[in-house]
Amino acid sequence: MAKTDKKAAPAGKGFANKLQNASDTNLLLSITVIVFFLMYIGAIVFQGSGFLKPQTFFNILNNNAALIILACGLSLVMITGGIDISVGGITALISMCCAVYLDYKGGNVFVSVLIALAIGLAFGLFQGFLVAYLDIQPFIVTLAGMFFARGMTTIVNTKPFNVENEAFKALKMTRIIMPGMGSVNKKGVYIDAYIEIGVVVAILVVLIMFCLLRWTKLGRSFYAVGGNMQSALMLGINVKRTKFISHVICGLLAGIGGFVYFLHVGSGSASHASGAEMDAIASSIIGGTMLTGGVGNIVGTFFGVLSLSTIQNIVSSAGLDEAWWTGITRAVMLCLFLVIQSVVMSARKKRMAENK
Amino acid sequence: MGKGETVKANNTNFLMKVVRNQCFIPLAALLLLVVINLVADPGFFKITLGYNAAGNPVLSGFLITILDSGSELAILAIGMTLVTAASGGQDISVGAAVAIAGSVLLRVLCGDNSRPETLQAPIIVAFLVSCVVAMLFGAFNGVLVAYFKIQPMIATLILFTAGRSIAAWINNNELPVISDPSFKYYGEFIPGIPIPTPVFIAAACVIIIGIVLKVTNLRIYTQAVGINQSSSRLNGLNPALIKVLAFVILGLCVAVVGLIKVSRISSINYSVIAKDIEMDAILAVALGGNALSGGKFNMTASIIGAYVIQFLTTTLYKFQVQSDALPAYKAVVVIILVVVSAPTVREYFSNFTKKLKLSKEVA
Repeated sequence: MAKTDKKAAPAGKGFANKLQNASDTNLLLSITVIVFFLMYIGAIVFQGSGFLKPQTFFNILNNNAALIILACGLSLVMITGGIDISVGGITALISMCCAVYLDYKGGNVFVSVLIALAIGLAFGLFQGFLVAYLDIQPFIVTLAGMFFARGMTTIVNTKPFNVENEAFKALKMTRIIMPGMGSVNKKGVYIDAYIEIGVVVAILVVLIMFCLLRWTKLGRSFYAVGGNMQSALMLGINVKRTKFISHVICGLLAGIGGFVYFLHVGSGSASHASGAEMDAIASSIIGGTMLTGGVGNIVGTFFGVLSLSTIQNIVSSAGLDEAWWTGITRAVMLCLFLVIQSVVMSARKKRMAENK
Repeated sequence: MGKGETVKANNTNFLMKVVRNQCFIPLAALLLLVVINLVADPGFFKITLGYNAAGNPVLSGFLITILDSGSELAILAIGMTLVTAASGGQDISVGAAVAIAGSVLLRVLCGDNSRPETLQAPIIVAFLVSCVVAMLFGAFNGVLVAYFKIQPMIATLILFTAGRSIAAWINNNELPVISDPSFKYYGEFIPGIPIPTPVFIAAACVIIIGIVLKVTNLRIYTQAVGINQSSSRLNGLNPALIKVLAFVILGLCVAVVGLIKVSRISSINYSVIAKDIEMDAILAVALGGNALSGGKFNMTASIIGAYVIQFLTTTLYKFQVQSDALPAYKAVVVIILVVVSAPTVREYFSNFTKKLKLSKEVA
């Protein structure tokens, strides 16, 4: 898709033409990255030195590692032209199941990882089958999936509780120290900057997904199916199987993300990750993934998550009422990016018409 | 012999007609629920006349509860059906919009004081203001969908994210309480009338939309836009305008629901009011057998669907299912419904029955 666009646009000079020559994926991606850096620089300038500390940035990563993984899965499904709103519910269910297993049954951590993956995979397989092979709208299927996961969470255990498993706690407290990036606190003690294990997992997921979408045959077929299902079919791509695989991978990533979330919070509760699906969708959109399918980039999604959480940090450090203002600022940002997408889409249509 | 066969054929034709009717699925589901409840406990259907705290006669019983608390869902289902038909997508912001409408209503009634002794404005004025605000938010969604060509679910995600925050902001994050008893009439009982007021409000809404669909061209225009946007434009319609209109009508429904919801408790809780109602409303439309991808719709089926969902909810409550666990059961119902009504599955089954018939004939 990107290549045809480059050929189609007239060769020109200057920055504006360069932007026009860039494919839509790259254009949306660069907008996201620019907005993120502007926002972060703005935060440093107006909010003081808090944002200058590397640890502030690492904390954003620590708090949102799970969201990054969920958003990657969601981007994949959205690139293929579908949607999945069950990931938040799956995350809550996984947290609860793992917590119950570790605490009541005294099991080991490795098995709990397997439980998490199995739950995610089961949801992915079932939803993928319904969407791809029975041709049911993904929104309704995953809506039911969300309902089911949330309800099951309460059925598994009603009350929220903290996990007291020693091995798990040790894993939860494991911190990877970033050399040379620490800072001196008010008492004059040097504190190392750190990231949690979840962040490493998240970055690995981003890299793997990026490579998958960029260079493998399967990855390109996701774009093809999302861009135009008919022509993908003509090209000999197994459309149904591609859709199915996209949902399975999304489910698997929800499994990984669910465990990373659990590792971060260390407790089970029915209200965990509420609204995570909407945050993940919003991050994907801000990261330049088109809802119509066929356009998107995992790196953009990564920056989308960072942008959203930077807004949250700015709101809380500005002393505003966090819960309410975060909602409003996020919505404004989402609105802005949706309108940008819509404008880009109509511009592209015009360009295509001219080239004909 | 021949006569008997034609009678039989007529019978099967009639049966097929009933089964093919769009109201069949929700009515069958309703019947199933009624039977389950009859078997489990016939007391479910008992209605008693009692007196409430104020000494007014009121009817009580599970059936009355269903009619009462199903009103909001039925009203929203009306708007949601139109939006689904016109835009081929669903509005997921209705819960948040109800919070906004309710908040505006209270703000106008209370003025600056959050605990007023007397109402600062007539209720009708406050209601009209909240109608206008809700319709404006509906128009906002509609413009995003119609003119910016954003998928409805995603366009309404914006208001879904921000709605409850806006609602809290309208009242400066305070929780106003209305002490005037006349405000309670809309959500509970009017003195002397034993049936809950929301039932009348819902009935009025259903009648109004029935008349509108009968008298005006709304139905045919909406369906035309939903079935094929370009051809409806070629036929002289303005698809964008009709989509916005559908969202505005949904806004009006939202305002009515906001009035009922706020009146029920004479106050508001921004994060809880009308929570998850958007999912139930979408479910009602789906249960009514309407295609969620737009096009033709059947309003009656949607409204029946809304009451069926309330019936299911109340039944589950009666079996002491926790309110948080309700969604799991609803999800199972949804999955069964969509799988049964999926075209691929239907085709498979019709092929299967054909094969059966063939093998019989061969035998």
